Amino acid sequence: MNKMDLTIAVTGLNNTDNPGPGIPVIRGIRDSKEFNPRIIGLAYENLEPGIYMHDMVDKTYRVPYPSEGSDILMGRIMEINGHENIDVLIPNFDAELIAFMKAEKQLKDAGINTFLPTFDQFREREKSNLPEYGKKYGVKVPFSKPITSIRDIEDLSDDFEYPVVVKGKFYDAYIATNRDQVALYYSKLSSKWGLPVIIQEFINGTEVNVVALGDGRGNTIGAVPMRKQYITDKGKAWAGVSLDDKSMLALTDKIIGESKWRGGMELELIRSDKNELYLIEINPRIPAWVYLAVGAGQNLPEALVKLALGHDVKRFETYETGKMFIRYSFDMITDMSEFEKLTMNGEL
Amino acid sequence: MRLKKNIALSESGFVFDPSTGDSYSLNEQAREIVQLLKEGSDLETITAFITENYEIDRVSFEKYYFDFAGMLKQYRLIDEDE
Repeated sequence: MNKMDLTIAVTGLNNTDNPGPGIPVIRGIRDSKEFNPRIIGLAYENLEPGIYMHDMVDKTYRVPYPSEGSDILMGRIMEINGHENIDVLIPNFDAELIAFMKAEKQLKDAGINTFLPTFDQFREREKSNLPEYGKKYGVKVPFSKPITSIRDIEDLSDDFEYPVVVKGKFYDAYIATNRDQVALYYSKLSSKWGLPVIIQEFINGTEVNVVALGDGRGNTIGAVPMRKQYITDKGKAWAGVSLDDKSMLALTDKIIGESKWRGGMELELIRSDKNELYLIEINPRIPAWVYLAVGAGQNLPEALVKLALGHDVKRFETYETGKMFIRYSFDMITDMSEFEKLTMNGEL
Repeated sequence: MRLKKNIALSESGFVFDPSTGDSYSLNEQAREIVQLLKEGSDLETITAFITENYEIDRVSFEKYYFDFAGMLKQYRLIDEDE
């Protein structure tokens, strides 16, 4: 079979102890037997490790943060496209998705395909909207309340018992056992991610997750549930194992079916001590542990690329349970001249 | 009492519960008991097997067995439909 020559641009090359999904997504794409990919890395910082992983990324360009303005970011993407003729672009950060969703038509007109959720899908699953989301789709969610002022902390004891979970708008979460800790985390999270900060009921149980891909028409293309076996101090999975859990898959099908989710997603769930599943978060993109799904038999990054290209993609019917991933750190040696090229020319 | 169908038990005594991701290690006697439970054996059969193969009387074994069974239940390794 002739392999498809494709130029695929990917963000999230920060393969650190709090990794972006870029490198795992690229590994999935490179594992594909149907693609002959040229991978373009889009980096926000000069020290994102993926930039220097030349077996993964063929060429990297520095791009401006979306906070500098969507137009500036898209201007840079168009400039890069002038050199590279990008076929598919896969953004991997929550915070950049809105900019790419807004520019979907502009990108399409320039020949760049994406496969992203709609604005409605993106907004209704935001952390501050989770209680309404739970009601709308009949899913158990912990009680939560967005707060926008430090004065709101005074009133929390009316609605919550400690401990509570204090969550940033896009990332990060802390468990607070008293009002003073809530105030401390509120300041930390609001200065980093902006407002609101979300206060969520703490559910005691086991943290489990699902990586899934929806086709935008209500069908689940693939889904693999995972239990974190080792969690870093940042709350990230350092090791995990694929699970045989029909209730998690049924919940995923229900959410994708009813919301007609388009694109990659990660469901963050807690299985309570009473064996009930609570949805604590929906991340609107592929998570950094997606390569476990590839290893378990569902190459979701490959399927995402095909969906972006408008191909028909069949549902994955199976995956292997008991497949494990274990992250490791690795000191890559590179040369100052590489860092210099990226810093001075904005590309490597 | 029957083990959940999808529980994996290896020759070495390693148990993996694919629905929770939990794993356990068993000694030889516990492995034999779990293997018998997996095959659907009842208490009578398990007791007969153990008392024939080990130096333990029926009453003492059943006391330890019920402790062990309680642990299996606590770890949710038992089929709840049973």
